[in-house]
Amino acid sequence: MNLIAKPSKENIKTYVPIGLFLVSLSFLDVFINAFFNFNLMGFLPSQLSYFLPLILGFIGFYLIRIEFSGVRSLDVLNKNINSNNFNALLTLFTIFIIIKSIPPMLDWFILEANFAGNSKDDCTGNGACWVFIKVWFNRFMYGLYPDAEQWRINTAFLILFAVVGVSFFVAEKLKKYFILFLVFVFPFLGIKLISGGSFGLEYVESAAWGGLSLTFIISAFAILFCFPIGVILALGRRSSLPAIKYISIGFIELWRGVPLITVLFMSAVMFPMFLPDGTFIDKLIRVLIAITLFEAAYMAEVVRGGLQALPKGQYEAAKSLGMGYWRMNALIILPQALKLVIPGIANTLLALVKDTPLIFVVGLMELAGMIGLAKTNPKWLGMAMEGYVFAGLVFWVICYAMSRYSQNLEKKLSTER
Amino acid sequence: MNLKKLNIENKKIRNLIPQALTVLALLSVIIYFATNAQINMGNRGISFGFGFLNQEASFDITFSMIEYDGSHSYGRAFLVGLLNTILVSVIGIFFATILGVIVGISRLSDNYLIAKVAEWYVEIFRNIPLILQIFFWYFAALRALPLPENGISFNDISFLTIKGWYVPKFIWTNFNIFLLSIIAALIAIYFLNSYATKQREQFGKQIPTTIISLATLILIPLFTFLFLGVSLSFEYPVLKQLSPTVFTYAGGVSIIPELIALALALSMYTATFIAENVRAGILGVGKGQKEAAASIGLNKNQILKLVVMPQALRIIIPPTTNQYLNLTKNSSLAAAIAYPDIVLVFAGTALMQTGRAIEIISITMLTYLTLSISISIFMNWYNKKMAIKEK
Repeated sequence: MNLIAKPSKENIKTYVPIGLFLVSLSFLDVFINAFFNFNLMGFLPSQLSYFLPLILGFIGFYLIRIEFSGVRSLDVLNKNINSNNFNALLTLFTIFIIIKSIPPMLDWFILEANFAGNSKDDCTGNGACWVFIKVWFNRFMYGLYPDAEQWRINTAFLILFAVVGVSFFVAEKLKKYFILFLVFVFPFLGIKLISGGSFGLEYVESAAWGGLSLTFIISAFAILFCFPIGVILALGRRSSLPAIKYISIGFIELWRGVPLITVLFMSAVMFPMFLPDGTFIDKLIRVLIAITLFEAAYMAEVVRGGLQALPKGQYEAAKSLGMGYWRMNALIILPQALKLVIPGIANTLLALVKDTPLIFVVGLMELAGMIGLAKTNPKWLGMAMEGYVFAGLVFWVICYAMSRYSQNLEKKLSTER
Repeated sequence: MNLKKLNIENKKIRNLIPQALTVLALLSVIIYFATNAQINMGNRGISFGFGFLNQEASFDITFSMIEYDGSHSYGRAFLVGLLNTILVSVIGIFFATILGVIVGISRLSDNYLIAKVAEWYVEIFRNIPLILQIFFWYFAALRALPLPENGISFNDISFLTIKGWYVPKFIWTNFNIFLLSIIAALIAIYFLNSYATKQREQFGKQIPTTIISLATLILIPLFTFLFLGVSLSFEYPVLKQLSPTVFTYAGGVSIIPELIALALALSMYTATFIAENVRAGILGVGKGQKEAAASIGLNKNQILKLVVMPQALRIIIPPTTNQYLNLTKNSSLAAAIAYPDIVLVFAGTALMQTGRAIEIISITMLTYLTLSISISIFMNWYNKKMAIKEK
């Protein structure tokens, strides 16, 4: 009778060791099964041996579920993963699935993968063929940009990183010159450096640009331009002048109502029809304009949220100091409004970076596009998994870092009220 | 006096000038574009117009919900594309909502492991571009499926192969009667619910609406099966040999891999955003609300149903509407893997054949605008229904 009593503080000495033993046994069984392909409980009937870890774990968790046991670690364990039967089952399932999925993942990514070599024939294992990434790495980064000229892209990005890096350490007074340089001078300098055509640099047409560097170039330019346009559109939408207000609303809602891919289609096939015969605007520039206007509409809505959240008193106070419309917005309203919507701005910029692969529509190839090209190369067929896993990882790192940075920025800039 | 009047007029003029300038600038841009377009089209010998919609399309579409072949018109091809877009959006919205709610609630679970797994699910799938996820499912994951002759079989009624997912086809007799019975059951449930609400609010009587509703929904359609001649049979897919090495399935319905990949990617990606909305909504309901509900003697289910959910839904609905809109717009990425949606069929193939860029792109954009606006009107109506009714 005593043996099937409810687990409580009285019988903690007998129940907890038995429970822990059963739980560990169940994990051990799944672990050995997953990693060494050996079934500990193989001597039992197949149905039973299949469910045995679950049953053992469940009984074990039931036995150690003792409220206010007085043992700190046991209480923490129970509270977090074992608060009732349902939670215990969920915990078991989660841990089993994790244990079960580790070996195949490990095999594919590392143990059975091939790293050495320089052709598809060197990939003999069942795992990933990282040789593919290694051989094509240069193309994935620079697209079809000529090998001999790649130092130009590197230099442009190095200057960018150097200027950003230095600007963190210089005095506050000098900082604004760095920012002015980054916003007004560097973009054009960088583009000149990459496209060439003067100063003895060989001209490289934009169709040859590609890979991850193109992702960065497009994101950087779109971010640079979509922000001020978005702010102006947001101010326009809140304007008291009806014509400006309705034009802004129409513009914003038009872009927000259609998918980016149709906007890119438009820039590719419809926009040339609107220009005088014979004028030619570079494909990359058309794409940039399309992405910038598209994201500016989203940016405008985010900024408008911040403008609406500001109390009316701020406007009145600024006006009572005799400030005009532009001075009021630039000095009082926007600094506060933008700070309020940092998460929204960050999300829009993240969406922008995630949207860059769509430029495949007009035939430009950034990272995802280059992988599409590489996997259809007759010598490298069947490498889609490696390629897209690699691209996914790269994009994930970029986007995750961006979202983390925005969270930090939000914390840093939040002023306690 | 005079000075004041002058000042007011001055202000009016000051307001007028920027507006007039903006309108003028906009008009001149439009006129400039329009004249250029006219000249360009004149040079190419095409005139603006929508007459081409009635011409024969003469291209095939791999997947269509309505009858279509090359002899149908461009208008019909547009309709096929539109229906395919709506199909994948509806499927995506359905699964994204279910998955999003589950993940969102899991993130608030007191089970540490479940909460962590849900958090990482969100962090991983939200930060990878949707197009890459679509490519991954289509080019990498679904290509790893077996050929038809050794397809993965589910109890021999449904087969998953590299060429698609073959499921049984429903063959109804008297389907209309069945549909009518479902509608009748839904109407009955609606009246029952409003009656129950009235009883509860006026007399404090509790009517077990959930059980009665379920019973109505099952019993009335069942009745049509027993007495009104409705019947349902299935046509199962069967493996057929086309040539010594090529196999396929005959019968049943084939769900093409493009649709599977697109629906999977769309729902898994959008679910992360919906999960965040659900989490924010539930967290947004004050703790005091739950305590107050408990203190007047409501049980756990009643608290969730009557106190927490109505308030949480109010926070959840507006951003979730946005996600539904995004999903619908993102379904246009279908063009990347050749799922015949409106962008691929109309803005792709039809445009190539006719060369009518302006008409076709405008129709496509207008279609998306209409879809977006109709979803937001519907969700605004629903939102208003859920909003606080002050008495």
